[in-house]
Amino acid sequence: MKLNVASVTSAKKIKIFAATGGKELSSELPLLVFLHGAGMDHTVWNLQTRYFAYHGYSVLAIDFPGHGRSDGTLLQCIEQMADWIPELIDAAVEISGKDGVSGSNSKKASLVGHSMGALVALECASRYPELLSSICLLGVSAKMPVHPVLLEAAANNDPLAYDLVTSWGHGTTGHFGRTPVPGMSLIGGGRALLSSAPQGTLGVGLAACNAYQNGLTAAGKVDCSTLCLMGSEDKMTPPKQGEKLAAEITNAKTHLIQDCGHMMMLEKSDQTLQALKAHLSST
Amino acid sequence: MDPKLFKFNTLSLHGGQRPDAETGARAVPIYQTTSYVFKDSDHAAALFNLEQAGHIYSRISNPTVAVLEERISALEGGTGAVATASGQSALFSAIMTLMGQGNHIVSSASLYGGSVNLFQHTLPRFGIETTFVNPRKPEEFRKAIRPETRLVFGEIIGNPGLEILDVSAVAKIAHEAGLPLLIDATFNTPYLCRALELGADLVSHSVTKWMGGHGVALGGVVVEGGRFDWESDGKFPTLTEPYAGYHGINFFEEFGPQAFSMRMRSEAMRDFGPAMSPQNAFYLLQGLETLPLRMDRHISNTKILLEFLQSSDEVAWVTHPDLPDHPDHELASRILPKGAGSIVAFGVKSGSSGGGREAGAAFINSVQLASHLANVGDAKTLVIHPASTTHAQMDSETMKQAGLTEDMIRLSVGLEDVNDLIDDFKQALRKAAKATGATK
Repeated sequence: MKLNVASVTSAKKIKIFAATGGKELSSELPLLVFLHGAGMDHTVWNLQTRYFAYHGYSVLAIDFPGHGRSDGTLLQCIEQMADWIPELIDAAVEISGKDGVSGSNSKKASLVGHSMGALVALECASRYPELLSSICLLGVSAKMPVHPVLLEAAANNDPLAYDLVTSWGHGTTGHFGRTPVPGMSLIGGGRALLSSAPQGTLGVGLAACNAYQNGLTAAGKVDCSTLCLMGSEDKMTPPKQGEKLAAEITNAKTHLIQDCGHMMMLEKSDQTLQALKAHLSST
Repeated sequence: MDPKLFKFNTLSLHGGQRPDAETGARAVPIYQTTSYVFKDSDHAAALFNLEQAGHIYSRISNPTVAVLEERISALEGGTGAVATASGQSALFSAIMTLMGQGNHIVSSASLYGGSVNLFQHTLPRFGIETTFVNPRKPEEFRKAIRPETRLVFGEIIGNPGLEILDVSAVAKIAHEAGLPLLIDATFNTPYLCRALELGADLVSHSVTKWMGGHGVALGGVVVEGGRFDWESDGKFPTLTEPYAGYHGINFFEEFGPQAFSMRMRSEAMRDFGPAMSPQNAFYLLQGLETLPLRMDRHISNTKILLEFLQSSDEVAWVTHPDLPDHPDHELASRILPKGAGSIVAFGVKSGSSGGGREAGAAFINSVQLASHLANVGDAKTLVIHPASTTHAQMDSETMKQAGLTEDMIRLSVGLEDVNDLIDDFKQALRKAAKATGATK
């Protein structure tokens, strides 16, 4: 579906694409918003969104502005993206037919963010605590320094960037295969997704992650229920870094998925789903 | 900086598989089962609604077959693959995934005879027409495209004429018309050429041939490139509009770069049922493990046999894209730098009124080491006379379009000691010449 969402960079509203997991939004159900990582789009969540949509949630897996099927220009920094989330939630509330999102946590949404999306969820929770009932941070650390070679390749739309991200982003499962979806390739799928994105998308996203320095400060301000979900083989946001961040959040739990890299929602889709289910049902 | 992604040789052995977590089995286990126990009713419902990944029934997916699919997808550089019972069912399933009644295909005329039959005689009964064009003239593809065209199709190394398709040029033409290019890559395998890297959007194989290499198991596969925009102009509603067969799912929205594979598995495998057996998948995986080694030998034996055939007095003509006088030699050198496959076409001289057809038959009846049968890509050397067998259903005009001559012998070069092959061919050529009066 397409949502008309106010922009944080101009006065105009922009059309934002969001997958809803095959169900329409309902004001009777809690809103669950999925935020993808740098250079990616909503399709990375297909093994979680459809389940939640059929199990009691209004689901929005968005394409950030300038990504995937969404209009608009790329947001340049994590803080800007975080400031845009309330506009997104407003638009979702409007389209679901009431002036508030109801459900078990009335008028509040939950955010599930991966990598860049996790930083956005973290920053948003620190800035707009009144909007959120919980956050789930997948593949997260307070800072996400990006290797200069990768930054440069991504800025230049060099295919090397796609190979580096898919290589570093996957653990053993991703590299060898035997993926959860029969016959699908995680490395090939990741490379195709990144290379099909509009020019500059990955570069801007990685630069935003690299520049973000407010993680620990933001963590200190988060008071909603938080899950930090980590992969034991994650090279991009090592589990130790996720634990350090979680230690700064008042109400945070951690969950480590074994034999898993940075792309846990694809590499270990069921374990990711179970961890999200457990967390969301407890909040 | 090296991204440290597994290379081709490693993927041939390991792609899609890790040692079995429960038993430690190093080889891929054969999951000889029709069905899979659900954890509970919620899990069952989630699998049926594509909410969670997993196996339901082996007509749709099977763990052994899935290893083969992942391995081939990795070797081709694809986003995913769906294996089928044969190369022909792979092609049919791909077409049925993309289009229906009233649609149209533009295809190279130089194809396996079974594919020609499918396009020319069978698909019209389902309301799908095909226009065949000269693979050496990419502009003919453009001219043949109609508003209802939904697919451009070809083989990189034409069968049996050995014309080379300029994949990049044809892909550009297809994309300018908003169409995907499907390449049957059976004759080249991803070891010799990765069509997706040249711009193709889908790749199909008869894995029965070089990919398996042993001639003991049938199989096919379709690999998705993941970069085609199925949505841009509304030509592919099977992928971009809600599908009532799966609770209104929109495959492209939901699965992005794997939309085609997911639709093919969810519909073609479920409804038509061309499933590959796990036993066959196991055999084919054994073959894939040695694909790079075998292809190197296929190519080196081919080069030596080409020299022999060219120098033989009893041979009227010989063609292969690696020969400098082949019309597509330059293109073949560019897109198939390791070698243009191990199929050779040649004619045997005849001194009788029966012409080359009679001489060819005499040659085929005289070989002892090479096997006369209807297959290619076996580890063993094979010979056949296409005009009377694989392409016998073609009329003379279609034969001409396909680059086929009455005297043509199709040779699939195997892995034997090449000197033994030369000895066999020498004695068979002598007998053919004697039988037809070409020599005394």
